[in-house]
Amino acid sequence: MNTSGLDPIILTLVTFIPAIGALLLLVIPRRDRDIRIFALIVSLFAFGASLHLVARVHRWLPGFQYEVDKAWISKPNIHYHMGVDGISMWLVLLTTFLTPLCVLISWKSIHERVKEFFILLLVLETALIGVFTALDLFLFYFFWESTLIPMALLIGIYGHGRKVYAAVKFFLYTMVASMFMLAAVIWLYAKVGSFDFVKIQEAIRAGHVEGFATAAPWLFLGFFIAFAVKVPLFPFHTWLPDAHVEAPTAGSVLLAGVLLKMGTYGLLRFNLGLFPDQARQNAPWICTLALIGIVYGALVAMVQPNLKRVIAYSSVSHLGFVVLGIFSFTQAGLNGAMFVMLAHGVSTGALFMLAGIIYERKHTYEITEMGGLATPMPKYATFFLFVTLASVGLPLLNGFIGEFLVLSGAFQANPWYGIIGATGVIWSACYLLWMYQRVFFGKVTHPENNSLPDLSALEQLALWPTAVAALVMGVAPLLWLNIIDPAVQTALTALVPNAARVVGQ
Amino acid sequence: MNPQTMQSIPAAADYIRILPEIVLSIFGMVIMFLDPLLDEEKSQKLLGGIGLAGTIAALLSTWIMAQSPGFAFWNMVRVDEFSVFFHALVILIALVLILTSYEYMAVQRIRAGEYYGLILLGLVGMCLMSSAVELVLIFIALEISSISTYILAGFRRRSAISSESSLKYFLLGSFATAFFLYGVALMFGATGSTNIEEISAYLNSGNVTVLAYVAVAFMFIGLGFKVAAAPFHVWTPDVYEGAPAPVVGYMSTAPKAAAFAVLLRVLFEINAPGRFWLVWISAALSMTLGNVAALVQDNVKRLLAYSSIAHAGYVLVAFAARPDVGAPAVMFYMASYAAMNVGAFAVVSHLANAGERYVTVEDYAGLGRRSPFLAGALAIFLISLIGIPITGGFFAKFYVFSAALQSNLVVLTIIGVSNSALGAYYYLRLIVAMYMKDGSDDVPVLPIPASLALALVITITATVYLGVVPGRVLDSVQRSAQQLVRPAESTQPAQLNQVAPPHSL
Repeated sequence: MNTSGLDPIILTLVTFIPAIGALLLLVIPRRDRDIRIFALIVSLFAFGASLHLVARVHRWLPGFQYEVDKAWISKPNIHYHMGVDGISMWLVLLTTFLTPLCVLISWKSIHERVKEFFILLLVLETALIGVFTALDLFLFYFFWESTLIPMALLIGIYGHGRKVYAAVKFFLYTMVASMFMLAAVIWLYAKVGSFDFVKIQEAIRAGHVEGFATAAPWLFLGFFIAFAVKVPLFPFHTWLPDAHVEAPTAGSVLLAGVLLKMGTYGLLRFNLGLFPDQARQNAPWICTLALIGIVYGALVAMVQPNLKRVIAYSSVSHLGFVVLGIFSFTQAGLNGAMFVMLAHGVSTGALFMLAGIIYERKHTYEITEMGGLATPMPKYATFFLFVTLASVGLPLLNGFIGEFLVLSGAFQANPWYGIIGATGVIWSACYLLWMYQRVFFGKVTHPENNSLPDLSALEQLALWPTAVAALVMGVAPLLWLNIIDPAVQTALTALVPNAARVVGQ
Repeated sequence: MNPQTMQSIPAAADYIRILPEIVLSIFGMVIMFLDPLLDEEKSQKLLGGIGLAGTIAALLSTWIMAQSPGFAFWNMVRVDEFSVFFHALVILIALVLILTSYEYMAVQRIRAGEYYGLILLGLVGMCLMSSAVELVLIFIALEISSISTYILAGFRRRSAISSESSLKYFLLGSFATAFFLYGVALMFGATGSTNIEEISAYLNSGNVTVLAYVAVAFMFIGLGFKVAAAPFHVWTPDVYEGAPAPVVGYMSTAPKAAAFAVLLRVLFEINAPGRFWLVWISAALSMTLGNVAALVQDNVKRLLAYSSIAHAGYVLVAFAARPDVGAPAVMFYMASYAAMNVGAFAVVSHLANAGERYVTVEDYAGLGRRSPFLAGALAIFLISLIGIPITGGFFAKFYVFSAALQSNLVVLTIIGVSNSALGAYYYLRLIVAMYMKDGSDDVPVLPIPASLALALVITITATVYLGVVPGRVLDSVQRSAQQLVRPAESTQPAQLNQVAPPHSL
């Protein structure tokens, strides 16, 4: 079959299939089973469509592919400009990969207001894909803000505990931060006359933007604050543990798996892409924050009594690696940052699913309530161990590759970055393995835990893909890096005039 | 005005140029005439139907009027795209208002005849406000519109608070119109004319006296009261709290839109001297006071009253900007504000129930479960009021702030942007209550009648339409704004420098 005719519309398809599915869900009668099946089909369909991106990508071609550029609003000059490169394509794929798993993992656990749940989930998917594919700054902001409402509602309605507090905190924190980005975007538009990322980038490089020299530090900060809150970079991270702990499982998976990457993607695409000089000037303190995040996140994770909080703080730590990699300005560092994003999406997504599975059985995340679970739940324990090891960074699993590349990049930039960053790897082994030991090993401390059922077929179905992905990514990282690398090199050319500094693969 | 034209008899075209006003007057009088003849029980539906027919006929005649642009009645009325836009806007608001009032009137046991009559007659004034280019005629139109609104505010005769609302509105409102009239008189003293174009020509030829500054300030006070801008806003919460809920939706949009139309003429078409700081201070005050006060409100009507003050502030930001970018932003803002606010009040008036008993935030708890349609509709309006993408409210804010930035109003933009972040909180409170709190079942939700459903569908469609494909409306407002500012354009650059401070904030 000749599928090349799809190329011009494939991004639109991938982005809006979930939204169309959500619209159709509105009119489907309220039979929970039908709704779940329909949502699963829609999300699988979106995943299938996104595979087309990988299948027909021109591997070594830098720049954007599958571009669409149509005028949306004439004045101000807003375009429906979409496109992906090696960086964003994988993030799109990560989103479409995780969403069907979210549907599966919510199959049993969501039994009230099922219809609304899946509508929100699918709308969220569209917004997330849109963030990664938009090449018009306005369109980007549009999708960026659109992620807020469905995510806040998912936490606030379907969460538990202090869910309202968490939802409102999440909403306000990220909304206030993105206002700064909006101001910067409008400033750029007022001077360049276009929202188009490529055009603005060219105008800045050519020095055609009036008043840019004085405004650039502020613009850089405007973008940076919005992204740093999303990542979340220390000290903007306080919304994250609350949001994660109270969110429903699917919400946590998408939050950790994809939403946080919106921040790092933004840093990579916009802060580096538009303001290379400011990025260089600010790199020292940003790297310092990232290192604090790595160590602080890990230390705090270690003392958490709550399974989900451990994983949430581990995200703070892992995302610190991503930021460190990005602001090392080395090829290895950027490649590694990208790879950590993907690996973290897969393995932390899986960890949150596993935490959700135990919550359904015990209605608690407290580690003290567990202990010795390996006896009644051997399959569960096996999956958990596998994913934990992936997250720790065991060679041949996905976590190792990214962290190794980031650290080698960091060493090139500044040996101290590498040394302090490397301790993070040790810390993460400490807290994750210690948590694993407390949850699974030893005697069953609570007698009622003896009767816990092991994984159901549905749960295994949701977990297997993540396990396979973690293994394949660890064994054959080049499948990913081959496509990431050209995009990273393009991003670097503006940053590192002296190409000899780049010690590649 | 030369004597020759005064003597000539109005041509047929003159009447076509006020056709909507004529049609509305006829329908209004028919209702007034029929009311005492009909049995009270039966009259409700019939008179409402006539009112509805009146608005539809007025819409059609607006279309007819739009076909013959030009001056009428000795240069007192001008039909152009600007006046057609505001005609259509206020008539549409009234149409939705009549649809929402249908059921409300029955529930509150209010006699309907005069109600519908007053709506149509008040509409005559508002329509005329947008097409009059003669200050005295504008004043008369303003009075027609205000007096009918004073009475409408007191329509819940059995409730003391409604009478209080009406009286307060009347006393303060008369005071404000007196200010406007005083301003008109002073303007005549300063320029020797009450015709907008003649005033504009006179002032732009450099003959700006102190008197003209005072005149502008007085007219601004009068109109500032009508649009509920700080510091002339104190009446708003009390009046909105007491007046019937559908009327509040109407008061906060239609007379406001008409008053903004006059402000556009007075400030931009005249190119009023000394307007900059007047508007700047009022905008900053309105946004801040409105949003801060709204934070602590428990009564939804009061909350939306303060929110309407804040929104008046956002609109005024555009008045501080350059006319060519400010005027279209104002018009677009009013259109999308009308859609979302009328819709929100439609939901509020339905939920209020007999005697407007249920109007606190607590009464909205659990609405998402009890009535998904109403809660969903209100959520969309609130999201739009916050200014989140996919809704008209987002583009409205966007255009206002980009107009401000294009005019280098950085400080005012920062105040505005921080305010809209602040504002998000209290709108969110309502969403949180609806979806994330459990309500008591003793707050009943009446079945949704077809008329209300239609009103909501219209307002939701308008809100989303303006948020996704704002292009057509935007083109229209940009064309009309060009007509508005063109007369002054020849001398504008010099004039602008004089008006705006050198490093305008």
